[in-house]
Amino acid sequence: MSIGGRSLALARAHVGRPARAPGAVVLALAGLGVLALAVVIAVAAGSVAVAPGDTLGILLRALGLPVDRSWSPAAETIVLELRLPRVLTAIMVGGGLAVAGAAFQGLLRNPLADPYVLGTASGAALGAAIAVLIPFRAVFLDLGLLHVLSFAGALAAVAVVYRLGRGGGPFAPLTGLLLTGYAVGSLLAAGLAMTMFLAGSNLRQIFAFLLGGMEGASWLRLAFAAPLIAGGSIAIVARARVLNGLLLGEEAAAHLGVDVRRERAILLALASLVTAAAVAVAGLVGFVGLVAPHLVRLVVGPDARRVLPLAAILGAILLVLADLGARLLGEIPVGVVTAVVGAPFFLVLLRGTRSAYEL
Amino acid sequence: MPPIAELAGVTVAYRERLVVRGVDLAIAPGERVALVGPNGAGKSTLLRVLAGLVVPHDGRVTLGGDPVAGLSRAAIARRLAAVPGQAALPFATRVEEVVALGRLPHEDPFRGPGPADHAAVDAAIERVGIGSLRGRDARELSLGERQLVLIALAVAQAAPLLVLDEPTVHLDLRHQVAVMELLADLNRRDGVAVLAVLHDLALAAHFFPRLVLLDGGRVVADGPPARVLAPERVRATFGVDPAIFAVPAPIDAAAPELTVGTGGR
Repeated sequence: MSIGGRSLALARAHVGRPARAPGAVVLALAGLGVLALAVVIAVAAGSVAVAPGDTLGILLRALGLPVDRSWSPAAETIVLELRLPRVLTAIMVGGGLAVAGAAFQGLLRNPLADPYVLGTASGAALGAAIAVLIPFRAVFLDLGLLHVLSFAGALAAVAVVYRLGRGGGPFAPLTGLLLTGYAVGSLLAAGLAMTMFLAGSNLRQIFAFLLGGMEGASWLRLAFAAPLIAGGSIAIVARARVLNGLLLGEEAAAHLGVDVRRERAILLALASLVTAAAVAVAGLVGFVGLVAPHLVRLVVGPDARRVLPLAAILGAILLVLADLGARLLGEIPVGVVTAVVGAPFFLVLLRGTRSAYEL
Repeated sequence: MPPIAELAGVTVAYRERLVVRGVDLAIAPGERVALVGPNGAGKSTLLRVLAGLVVPHDGRVTLGGDPVAGLSRAAIARRLAAVPGQAALPFATRVEEVVALGRLPHEDPFRGPGPADHAAVDAAIERVGIGSLRGRDARELSLGERQLVLIALAVAQAAPLLVLDEPTVHLDLRHQVAVMELLADLNRRDGVAVLAVLHDLALAAHFFPRLVLLDGGRVVADGPPARVLAPERVRATFGVDPAIFAVPAPIDAAAPELTVGTGGR
């Protein structure tokens, strides 16, 4: 029986990606190879150039391999104490934001969602701005007031948005949450504007946070953020099937065996935690969390089991390269680089997609 | 044979309003049942009660003999496959990827779909006859094609009971008949029980041997189409002149292939 098949002889264009996409494992390995290369380049390049061979030697020696030391102690300090933590921070932040972005896009069923939609950005920004205004300086484990308050601000903002914006039943779409996030974000932005007005000579510090950057990276800060980002991301990847179920909507997901209310709350919490940790160490780095998941979906389709890990790798590569660019251009904010590269790229992406994105 | 799904004395209230009042309904394995009745009669609510999405205030609901309240969502999904309403996909998604979602309640939660899952997806695509659509973006299909894709998803889910809420709404006549024929064929050849909410009484009477008529949250008639859709009852329930509607002959009663189309609208 061939029902409804007759009119389909006119084969229209298929989804614009390879009919048999290369295996996700192959892509992941290739991505990790590129990432490793990007790490070596990013560690070698800078105001004090360290030869790529020496860089590799220092890195391998640090990993405990028997490599003869043929470089200056200064080069070793620059690589291990300054550049390596910075590059690893870029990996964690880029990868984490990409996973959180993919999770938010799937949860809200909205391709324009990014890790900051539910108020994390404005909450973190306000927290950081308040920290700048407080004259008192406290540093614990290399974490200043700014990191702590931006982390707490991001989580507090999401908690408020979630409490206010949920409702409409367990299977209602999260549109209400999205709008609440916008409203709360606007309110927090007003608070941010006020603190910036009051900041006076400290304004530059707030701006640096808003534009994002890895220049404050250190091993101790990484030790705070990495477990939160990595742990949260892995927990999100383990729940990829929930995001798959949500492709067709909340009620369809429930019919496919997903405990929608519970899983949605868990995923929102995890994605917010990852975002808050990333923001606390790197400020508001834009576009990586929006663009990386879409790029990956173009190649492997919407299956979250593939999208999440591959987006993590791609996000890491993108931010390592963006941070390198920012550094080579004289320590400009990395958010400027990701926006200048990401925004036009995203526009091209949208235009190239044949069917317009529905909202 | 014990019923595959059973509602006994089920009552549901939204806020203060009773939408389902003491409904008894049993579906036997391999049965084909259409729920009909005016808007707001409680048809869709009954489907959601059966799937455990709405908890009744009173009464008993069982799937495969077990109370729904005690089953996990995944266990329910293995006993009852619901064809989703027309949902907008947020990302470009191939038809075969949509159908594969039907395997979610079966596949290994950590290792993902295995060979059995891939085979079930292929079989469902073949069974519904949408092989030519496999690689297409599901968002670019016509409504009729989309409905077939969503039915294939439910077929891949391989549950003994298939539930549909107005599967022919917005479809042209050819696709309405195609969907109905597919459901009848899945029921007769594969033994899947089908429970569908339908608005088109002619389609329901022609393709379903058993009709359950709901009105004001109560079952007012349950049985073969000719009896359930008796003229005086159509007038009483829908408030229309029954002359505009004639009950067509059912397909199961050695009738000529198609007599639909005269009475539907």
